[in-house]
Amino acid sequence: MTQALLATAVPVAFDLHEGSWHGRLESLLSQGQAAGADLVELFIERSDNLGVLAEQDTITNVSPAFGMGAGIRVFLGHRDGFVSTNDLSDAGLLAALDQALAMLGLQRSVQSLSHFNGLPALRDFASEKRDWLAQSPTLAETTEALLRGTDQLQRHGQHLQSRRGSYARNWQAVLVAASDGTFAHDIRLHQTLGLNLLAADGEHRASVGRRYGTTDRPDDLRQWDAEAAALDLCQSAGRMLYADYVEAGQFPVVLANRFGGVIFHEACGHLLETTQVERGTTPFADQVEQPIAHEAVTAIDEGLTGGAFGSIAMDDEGMASQRTVLIENGVLKRFLSDRAGELRTGHPRTGSGRRQNHAFAAASRMRNTFIAAGPHSPEQLIASIDHGLYCKSMGGGSVGPTGQFNFAVEEGYRIENGQLSSPVKGATLIGEAKDVMPRISMCANDLELAAGFCGSVSGSIFVTVGQPHIKVDSITVGGR
Amino acid sequence: MDATLDAQALRTRLEALAAQEGIGQWDLGAACSTDTSVQVDRGEAKQLKGAQRRSITLRAWNAAGLVGITSTSDLSEAGLARALIGAHEASAFGNAAETPAFSPLATEPLPTLNQPLREQRSILDLLDTLKEAERDLIGRHDAIATVPYNGLAQRSSERIYLNSDGACRQQQLTTASLYLYARAEQVGRKPRSSGAVRVAYGADDLDITGCIDEAAERTIAHLDYAPINTGYYTCVFSPEAFLDLIGAFSSLFNARAILDGISLSHKDSIGEQLAVPFLSIHDNGLHPANIGALSFDGEGTPTSRLCLLEGGVLRNFLHSEATARAFGAQPTGHAGLGAKVSVGPDWFEIGPTPGVASGEQGLDRFASRGHSAAGERGLVVIESLSALHAGVKASQGSFSLPFDGWLLRHGEQRSIESATVAGDIRQLLQGIVGFEGQPKITPSGLCPWVWVDHLSITGEA
Repeated sequence: MTQALLATAVPVAFDLHEGSWHGRLESLLSQGQAAGADLVELFIERSDNLGVLAEQDTITNVSPAFGMGAGIRVFLGHRDGFVSTNDLSDAGLLAALDQALAMLGLQRSVQSLSHFNGLPALRDFASEKRDWLAQSPTLAETTEALLRGTDQLQRHGQHLQSRRGSYARNWQAVLVAASDGTFAHDIRLHQTLGLNLLAADGEHRASVGRRYGTTDRPDDLRQWDAEAAALDLCQSAGRMLYADYVEAGQFPVVLANRFGGVIFHEACGHLLETTQVERGTTPFADQVEQPIAHEAVTAIDEGLTGGAFGSIAMDDEGMASQRTVLIENGVLKRFLSDRAGELRTGHPRTGSGRRQNHAFAAASRMRNTFIAAGPHSPEQLIASIDHGLYCKSMGGGSVGPTGQFNFAVEEGYRIENGQLSSPVKGATLIGEAKDVMPRISMCANDLELAAGFCGSVSGSIFVTVGQPHIKVDSITVGGR
Repeated sequence: MDATLDAQALRTRLEALAAQEGIGQWDLGAACSTDTSVQVDRGEAKQLKGAQRRSITLRAWNAAGLVGITSTSDLSEAGLARALIGAHEASAFGNAAETPAFSPLATEPLPTLNQPLREQRSILDLLDTLKEAERDLIGRHDAIATVPYNGLAQRSSERIYLNSDGACRQQQLTTASLYLYARAEQVGRKPRSSGAVRVAYGADDLDITGCIDEAAERTIAHLDYAPINTGYYTCVFSPEAFLDLIGAFSSLFNARAILDGISLSHKDSIGEQLAVPFLSIHDNGLHPANIGALSFDGEGTPTSRLCLLEGGVLRNFLHSEATARAFGAQPTGHAGLGAKVSVGPDWFEIGPTPGVASGEQGLDRFASRGHSAAGERGLVVIESLSALHAGVKASQGSFSLPFDGWLLRHGEQRSIESATVAGDIRQLLQGIVGFEGQPKITPSGLCPWVWVDHLSITGEA
């Protein structure tokens, strides 16, 4: 049965070899440009996704989904119109093009001549990826791995009220063509695996979770060490179950590596996207080559690290990925930019045009974003604090329209006289990027990345956050 | 272009495919929509968007009675066939311990909703309207230079539920929404931002002036700000903020969450005194002010008004077909559609319990001498909460959330620069002092201002 499910799940690939998509796309681009558009961009997508949930010792949900769609974007001057549709027929795509043109006061005409010279040879980023879906774990393997995970939680945990394991596989084939000669194809494969537990003892409760994710590694789930993951989670829960609530105030904090990088992602990374420059909502808009952070801070966004959740061979505008140094020794070097960002702000594209799917226009978004390693050991950071907070595990966070950020601490410890002491819960870190970046005064030498999801103007995308252990000299800690 | 689905044609295709595959029991939820939206930036079009969406979710039961599911946006003959076969194959992994069935109410009469279907306006009309609204808002105060988050959108949609026992539900709807979030900046001061939202059945019905007035008033009111001292305060939640908080902790009322062991409630919690005796909460998706109300849920169960808390006592849970069966109750019209069916609230009515003294009387946060509960510290008014996805631990009952609001002290109101409010939802529900004013209609429910004693506020003073 498992094999049958996989067999029916093999999606219809783009018919690239016989050239049918090539001709259809050229026709659309030609007609769009003949109507007077400065640029026409087509994003065609097919997807094949699978979600599996294990609770306690049972598989409780298997959710396959497949889809298709197109996003058509037309630029005229600094304006653009964007239309998405699930209808990939010629009539459906033409209707979408007409609607996008009409948004800019343009109309197709058989009499107008196109200056479009045709698409070049396809830039195929997917040539080695055709078999990825078939190489991914079977449903039987997936369910077995998840049940092994929840079983390991049971073996290592105490006072467990709920155990969950979840798996998601997102396969996406994309074809991007634009009237500037862009013509590119890629296949992406993202897999995530999560473990969560809720421990309860009387009035004491602790819920903790971890999520692991990779891209472009069909075999990854097979390498998963369920016992190590479960042990890590159970140890956290055991420490947090009887933790006190953190006292509120302003403290020095040490943020752990891996998902601790969410602070930089939320506090600063979003403000270095050209979408924020366009809106006038970043305080860093005119500060390129100016110091915006402590000199201990070098920050990078890139899409190249093998297997990392935010890595992309090409962005959703068909541009090859790259490594972008955002901040070097505290000095702002670069913004993340997409096609519209370059058009409207002048910041050159960085291969950062990303979107959740065809229903969203691409926007400048982060990929693998991290603070680079520094010279210190994590112990040196903690030893430098008399009274503060160690944030071992972070929850989610967000940044508001004026640059205020906040994020939850899932697992925290007091720092007393340079040593870790009792666990605390209920902490929220709040502040503003402009104030906090100069206060990151020490970076350790243990950089690690962690998978996550980022929701913003172009939907929810796969990213990694990362950092070594870092010390923030003072930050507001919400608690009670 | 209006979105349409042909329920009869879908049924005919599904029946033929199911017969061909030997599938005796199936159901489906389908939806389609046409959307247009605009955003502007200082008098210029920023983005114009259109979308045509179609989707279908199919469930199939196998000979062993287990259920599988598949979703797709491909409504072609091939797509439909693949979805049905996929669902049937996935049923091999169905949960034998809890298999959903058809709702026993899936063929009961539906409530009649007064939902006028409005003509969709041209996108260029929407653009002109939004440009005018932005210009008006920027003109309200010198400090308001931009409206960085704005949008005017309209949607025409249709949804269907069908099952192999003959149930057929169909609903068409049009909606429109406007949001305006202004940014105000004064020399030497931090930027401040606030805004307002309106929803209606069509773009012509939107209260645009009201939205501009509210966005301007709220943004300007936050220009004069100061930090607040960390400590415990009596807090006054706006209707919007209190509804957001109750929504974030709705697992208290959710039978699915109870069965999953992630709710603070238990199967036998009905009858427990969860809150002060003068608080009542109903879920009422049918309220006339609920723009976009659904007449049936994902399983075809009719939407209905349900008492959750009465006199502070837990009276009912939200149910799907499967959870209702497990609890010996009836489905309540709050289900999604899945192999494991999710459950969620529609639209809350929160307010005093009829016939019960509604806490302290005469509460008025603007009264010249404040309220005795405020003490020397003053009252904290919580206008809006942020980051609920990160700051609420629903399974633990705790929250720690950033908010926008004011400190009312000695008759003076001042915006709070930056702060969080933290607490435990069960203590909060027992710490309600009373209500102020009449319940206000908001997009997510109906609620008066709510006074709560002794909440932890963290500020930056």
